[in-house]
Amino acid sequence: MTNALIEVRDLSKTFTLHQQNGVVLNVLRGVEFSVQSGECLVLHGASGAGKSTLLRTLYGNYLAAGGSIRVRHAGEWLELVGAEPRDILQVRQQTLGYVSQFLRVIPRVACLDVVMEPALARGWSKANAQSRAEHLLTRLNIPQRLWQLAPGTFSGGEQQRVNIARGFMVAWPVMLLDEPTASLDDNNRQVVLELMNEAKAEGAALIGIFHDRAAREAVADRHFDMTPTSVAAEEYAHAR
Amino acid sequence: MSQVLLKQKADAPLLQVRDLSLLYGPEKGCQDVSFDLYPGEVLGIVGESGSGKSTLLSLLSGRLPPQAGSIGYRSKDGEWLDLYSASEAERRTLLRTEWGFVEQNPRDGLRMGVSAGANIGERLMAQGVRNYEQLRGAGLDWLSQVEIDPQRIDDLPRTFSGGMQQRLQIARNLVSSPRLVFMDEPTGGLDVSVQARLLDLLRGLVRELDLAVVIVTHDLAVARLLADRLMVMRRSRVVETGLTDQILDDPQHPYSQLLVSSVLQP
Repeated sequence: MTNALIEVRDLSKTFTLHQQNGVVLNVLRGVEFSVQSGECLVLHGASGAGKSTLLRTLYGNYLAAGGSIRVRHAGEWLELVGAEPRDILQVRQQTLGYVSQFLRVIPRVACLDVVMEPALARGWSKANAQSRAEHLLTRLNIPQRLWQLAPGTFSGGEQQRVNIARGFMVAWPVMLLDEPTASLDDNNRQVVLELMNEAKAEGAALIGIFHDRAAREAVADRHFDMTPTSVAAEEYAHAR
Repeated sequence: MSQVLLKQKADAPLLQVRDLSLLYGPEKGCQDVSFDLYPGEVLGIVGESGSGKSTLLSLLSGRLPPQAGSIGYRSKDGEWLDLYSASEAERRTLLRTEWGFVEQNPRDGLRMGVSAGANIGERLMAQGVRNYEQLRGAGLDWLSQVEIDPQRIDDLPRTFSGGMQQRLQIARNLVSSPRLVFMDEPTGGLDVSVQARLLDLLRGLVRELDLAVVIVTHDLAVARLLADRLMVMRRSRVVETGLTDQILDDPQHPYSQLLVSSVLQP
């Protein structure tokens, strides 16, 4: 426990579906792990085991039902469960990055601006942000003629790569990765794997979901098994 | 990096709202609303028609006295002002200088009988700026900032399209460098294509000028794009508050769940 950047203790997540007779789904319970600087933890489990739910809960996108999520933020441990929205936004700006395979397209905002945004939010100069963004877009094989266009009309794969460029725009101490390599061609997948390994080398703690084995083997240091316990599986079946 | 954080942690709220109530009838109006708003923070107020959103906005912006509760505002020089024990004149000054209010209908927020340039210059004049060149310069600058052709500076707002009028209203409010802006459904009456442009403009301005904003909207997509956090109102009460994406993706209260699940996904 020398250099952990994130520590999760007894984390649980339930969904109460008020519109569906108040059905309660216990998706996560008793989740515990910590991830060190320079380490990649891969979440393992079948579809529906709660892997994406766990990442979203860590990011504060889903509200934890109980337990603790602590991150090293600005040199101190900060508890995210129950934190004020403005503290979570600070953590998201400086400490905790999240990369999914889906880009949330904003009308009229150019590809380059989408990618630069996390750096501008940290107060980078526009020139620095732009040169980093151009470097990433080039590496991820987004043709230069698309840079000034809004990604709304891009293909699915292009949008995904724009989102990855955005995700790696700044260095995050802790990165959450939800299938960043899904459905990419070999060439681009290799670039994403390199980006992840570079982030690790710079000391980031990674937590990721990777369905393809090659990607897993290229970055994983440890696995976290999320196969539901028999009780949870039973409840889930019952709830459905 | 850590210095920035320390600074942000150290700074005090801009607005402190405690137990604010104004009821027109049972569950009509708003009641028991409390929150803090920090510099640079965008707070969205969502809920169905008649939930009390607009009443709350009127109370917050000093337009309507509450039956109970208090609003504290920390002014530019760091002093706390109790909004409703301040004089009418002090409130008016605040609304014309450190605050802005963007109406849903631009015709309510603009002077339709005077030119675009005069609309923009009005707040500066109220602050004592008399130099013609300076006023004209501000007019030209702000027209281009809100993406209106500066050559239209002498035209009357009624010759502008709805989207242009709304952008002019925004320029008119922001010219005095306010710290806090209230917005009532700012994209409500606009075509979808015009809405996107306005939202993009607002996002940019909010970040550049480090504005604190309270925005009332029934459009959850607008809320997601602009707001850092949300308050969900129903029948005069706040039923849920939290981070915008958490409220929209994992709403907890039965009413919030209904609200979010009722939106058609285009």
